[in-house]
Amino acid sequence: MQETLQAFSETQNIGLLGAELWLALGVLVLLMVGVFSGERSHSQVTGLSLAVIVAAGIGLFLTVERGTAMNGSFILDNFAWFMKILTLVGSGLAIIMSVNYMKREGVINFEYPILVLTATLGMMLMISANDLITLYLGLELQSLSLYVLAAINRDSVRSTEAGLKYFVLGALSSGMLLYGASLIYGFTGHTDFTGIADAMAGNERSLGLIFGLVFLMAGIAFKISAVPFHMWTPDVYEGSPSPVTAFFAAAPKIAAMSMLIRVVIQAFEPVTSDWQQIISFIAIASMALGAFAAIGQTNIKRLMAYSSIGHMGYALVGLAAGTQSGVHGVIIYMLIYMVMTVGTFACIIAMRRKDGTVEEIADLAGLGSRNPMMALMLTILMFSLAGIPPLAGFFAKYFVFVAAIEAGLYALAIIGVLASVIGSFYYLRIIKTMWFDEPADNFVPMDSELKLVLMASGIFVTFYVLIAGYVTDATSVAAASFF
Amino acid sequence: MTDWPILTMITFMPLVGALMIMLIPTDNVVAERNIKNVALFTTIITFIASLYIWVNFDNTTAGFQFVERYEWIGSFMSYHMGVDGISMLFVILSTFLMPFCILASWKSVKKDIKSYMIAFLVLESFMIGVFCALDIMLFYIFFEAGLIPMFLIIGIWGGARRVYASFKFFLYTLLGSVLMLLAIMAIYWQTNTTDIVLLLDPSRAESVIPASMQTWLWLAFFASFAVKMPMWPVHTWLPDAHVEAPTAGSVVLAAILLKMGGYGFLRFSIPMFPVASDELAMFVFVLSAIAIVYTSLVALMQEDIKKLIAYSSVAHMGYVTMGIFTMNANGIQGSLYQMLSHGLVSGALFLCVGVVYDRMHTREIAAYGGLVNRMPKYAVVFLIFTMANVGLPGTSGFVGEFLVLLGIFQVNTWIALFATSGVILSAAYALWLYRRVVFGSLDKESLKSILDLDTREKAIIYPLVVLVIFYGVYPMPVFEATEVSVNNLIVNYQAAIEAAKETAQASLKQ
Repeated sequence: MQETLQAFSETQNIGLLGAELWLALGVLVLLMVGVFSGERSHSQVTGLSLAVIVAAGIGLFLTVERGTAMNGSFILDNFAWFMKILTLVGSGLAIIMSVNYMKREGVINFEYPILVLTATLGMMLMISANDLITLYLGLELQSLSLYVLAAINRDSVRSTEAGLKYFVLGALSSGMLLYGASLIYGFTGHTDFTGIADAMAGNERSLGLIFGLVFLMAGIAFKISAVPFHMWTPDVYEGSPSPVTAFFAAAPKIAAMSMLIRVVIQAFEPVTSDWQQIISFIAIASMALGAFAAIGQTNIKRLMAYSSIGHMGYALVGLAAGTQSGVHGVIIYMLIYMVMTVGTFACIIAMRRKDGTVEEIADLAGLGSRNPMMALMLTILMFSLAGIPPLAGFFAKYFVFVAAIEAGLYALAIIGVLASVIGSFYYLRIIKTMWFDEPADNFVPMDSELKLVLMASGIFVTFYVLIAGYVTDATSVAAASFF
Repeated sequence: MTDWPILTMITFMPLVGALMIMLIPTDNVVAERNIKNVALFTTIITFIASLYIWVNFDNTTAGFQFVERYEWIGSFMSYHMGVDGISMLFVILSTFLMPFCILASWKSVKKDIKSYMIAFLVLESFMIGVFCALDIMLFYIFFEAGLIPMFLIIGIWGGARRVYASFKFFLYTLLGSVLMLLAIMAIYWQTNTTDIVLLLDPSRAESVIPASMQTWLWLAFFASFAVKMPMWPVHTWLPDAHVEAPTAGSVVLAAILLKMGGYGFLRFSIPMFPVASDELAMFVFVLSAIAIVYTSLVALMQEDIKKLIAYSSVAHMGYVTMGIFTMNANGIQGSLYQMLSHGLVSGALFLCVGVVYDRMHTREIAAYGGLVNRMPKYAVVFLIFTMANVGLPGTSGFVGEFLVLLGIFQVNTWIALFATSGVILSAAYALWLYRRVVFGSLDKESLKSILDLDTREKAIIYPLVVLVIFYGVYPMPVFEATEVSVNNLIVNYQAAIEAAKETAQASLKQ
């Protein structure tokens, strides 16, 4: 028995799955703890979940080995490694930010941190998926956890509505994805990415395969909430409890984007010109909708939903280039996007008066004189989201557009920068509300963990300009995995 | 020459001052005074440090001096600083005017003085950075970053329509700039560098941008600089921004931010896209001539003092763009001189408006009249600046305008005709403004107790009077500093045009 296990572990490269196995084990153990000790254990489970994530992160950090495992269906390359670290950071921060919020709102479920863990496990598998089956398994593990998370505040009509809406639309998109995968398998005879690429190379591209590609991409576009599959985003963002929204906006986007990159760059490399058209269209539509639709929003969570749609559009500009510098741009974009989003949501979660949480932009009025530090940090984040140098958001946009220009996608780049000018309008409007308007009622003081997250993200965004060289070196190694 | 990173020091010294201010708690009057003092000292020290550049500047070389270079983001951007004859004086102008801006805000700014001073110091850093940057991406970062503090200055401490004005300012400028950003990216892939020294080097074959690309890139850069300048018809943000901004904000806007457009034309558009500049020079001339005549006429009809000066700025910037694209020594030297002089004169005019605004809290021309009876000193200095604005010989305004007109006459006499008529129009609106505000009988009740300049205001305005007259009589210090760089620019430009013509003829023969 011992020997068989040893042999299995060696032939299948189990070591590469260390972080995932650790997460899975953590989920099972914590679930037991939760079930046996009930609601009382909420704080312990939360703390332990965080510990599991940190441990998984450290384990991953120390993993220097690269390669495929489980007969090639799982891959850990520099790209996957980097994106997984990002995902773990995003999930960890989501748990940290939820601690006091959930207590106050009376949502004391020990399931919350555990569901975040299972979702994270799913994301890790998505990032490492080198096969359509692994991809689907990871995606569903993630999605099902997210559906429940959206409805975690089960006494709230809005929260349950958000969960249901997310579930119905999400199931539809999974169906499309699965249909696309089956077409791809049918026309190439392979489910693993290298096999698919090899089967296509040198042959005439078949229409059925392109059909499969389109369905597959539609499914993934839903997960990154790119136009025209974005309809769920504003409602789900608005309805879910704020820490859950913070989680939705960061980690799952990173995972789904990584998965999309791997699928199109690796499996569909032979038909690059076909998927480039699709990605370009999605990118333009997302940027435009993100810019225009956000202008009319009064609820800050809805606004952030449209903002995230727009940001996914910008990230896709890099992918549309289909080159190494393009992938590099997307990696940097996702990194910076995550930091900005998490910081912004720390502010949104902290928007609370004595009589409860508020979510209207107008509630921020005069924050500059009420709470200058919070206002300053949110201002920095807004300028950064708008892409104004010398803040981090500028560098994110710079690298995706520089890739688009290199690839000769001038129209895409021009539409992109124009959309970013229009988009900057609503970020400016938030800044205007905070600084130019007469003060509204005070918020209660920020929780210390939110303060910490906000400060960290504000400092990162401000001083990114100093570390940009090092980050760029690190991410270019990750981007080189595909080329 | 020393190894000290003098340009980095000058650029970031205001930021250090801003950090120090950030650490001062704001709970009492003493703290408020400390904040003002720290801001003033920072700007004065920065100015003194920047004089070191001028003193040690080598007038005999066209190359960049005080150069510093560090690796930053791979091949995409480097941290590269340096000045030549074209940029050096703008650095001095920026550092010189900032102490006056701080002093001008001494009493007039009541709300959140701490953030105000921080915003100004940050803005100063970015402005100096724009003129020192020798990497095109570094330039862009400084150029754009300046929007953030200026947006806040207009929006927080501005007048009644400040929200509208700040948004208009921000979005207009951003829209122009992002197109330039794409052009910079295209240049990067074309020439494999973002280093301005390499891009301007005519002997580096890669840096010569093909004529087919030049027009597009030129237009993209033009979009940014024309908005910044501002040129007709994209000037409409300027009157709004000027009117709503606090006095010091208007001074910085008119004196320095507008000059970034002209600096950009000289630094990038002409040397990097010579063929396109040659082809599109007429386009610029026409826009400039329209700007001069049209905005002067518009200025005549204004009822707000600041708005009138704003329109006169647009008209004066018309001379600058016109002079730059004449491509002869007179025109370009004249433009540079006009920019520096306008920096002093328009800055001083806005400070003068600030003086009466602080007393009366209105900028309506109709609310004033007969100020000479109660404010004789003010009447004199305001007269001197008005004359300098008109371009009276003996003031700095004359030298630049005259040289530009000489330059344009060599190129196109019709355009020169329109441009010269602008001089007459500027005399009309400026003198009329002066008559309505200063002369006449003092019959308005509210003005009967108005006081003349106090010591602080004298300290702000008198040095500017001296400089405006000094540079009107003796312009040589400026020309000596700029001459070699300007000649080098013209020589390289003509060589590039010749080379492009030869290639065109060679391809015709085949």
